[in-house]
Amino acid sequence: MPLLAVLVLAAGTYAFRIAGPLAARHLDLERLRAPLVTAAVVLLLALAVTSSVADGQDFTGWARPAGVAVAAILAFRKASFVIVVLAAAATTAALRLMGIP
Amino acid sequence: MDRGTLRDIGLVCVADALVGISFGALALAGGLPLWVPVALSVLVFAGGAQFAALGVVLAGGGAVTAVVTALVLNARLLPFGLAAADVFTGRPWRRLVGAHLLTDESLAFTLRHEDPRQRRMAFWVCGIALFVVWNLAVLVGAYAGSVLEDVNALGLDAAFPAVLLALVMPALTERGTRNLALLGTAVALAATPLLPPGVPVLLAPAAVAPLLLLKARRARTP
Repeated sequence: MPLLAVLVLAAGTYAFRIAGPLAARHLDLERLRAPLVTAAVVLLLALAVTSSVADGQDFTGWARPAGVAVAAILAFRKASFVIVVLAAAATTAALRLMGIP
Repeated sequence: MDRGTLRDIGLVCVADALVGISFGALALAGGLPLWVPVALSVLVFAGGAQFAALGVVLAGGGAVTAVVTALVLNARLLPFGLAAADVFTGRPWRRLVGAHLLTDESLAFTLRHEDPRQRRMAFWVCGIALFVVWNLAVLVGAYAGSVLEDVNALGLDAAFPAVLLALVMPALTERGTRNLALLGTAVALAATPLLPPGVPVLLAPAAVAPLLLLKARRARTP
């Protein structure tokens, strides 16, 4: 990977990161805050769910979604964060150990 | 800052460290010089995009493809920056430095809090801790990581969606937000096999935007 490619990727990523805070200076944050936070929650849930079933455009196999499903149930039942995350990893690792990809 | 949040950030740091080690190890095992994974981690600092770029390069793809793929994945940082904009108030350098620390995790920890001071603390502590841990881990992986090339055996690939789920769950107790999130997620899932990685998750907030604005307007009119 040439240096130029790394720098272009870094600059582009930083542009995405700084655009929000810069734009926010000219926006009425008080009024927009609730819809923006909801939009971010919508995006985060979509990211969590899609990344638990797919690598790129392909299905990941059952081990990962099964682990995340266990996490979802535990999180819904208000289990502590540490339990939720460790249970997800443990479930997925155990399934893989049993030969389920 | 409360103990619980610190502990939770610590756990995410441990998980991220293992993934960072695997990133450094994979890059060097693939024949890349040390500076590539190090520069990517310091300057791009976005795990998903780094793995995507690395994957393209190691598969023999061009640098342009690698950059475009990774940038599409990182486009979500723009709406994230808007949602967390209040943590960047103060001196300009805070905005310039803070923006670089914006990640899925630091945003999710920020959204978990309502109080402005706690939001700022959660963002900065998570952002700085992850930046330090991630970059050290990539270095460790580059030098000694061949043992950890397959973090999937540890189920770590399930830990990251689980982190995000656990952090957004409190926000989903509100019915309106939950319905919008489920609708957006359904759209993203349907689009996943069809569109390039990174685009489907952007469709989620886009699909619910009209409903979101309607909801905001209704909340304002008494």
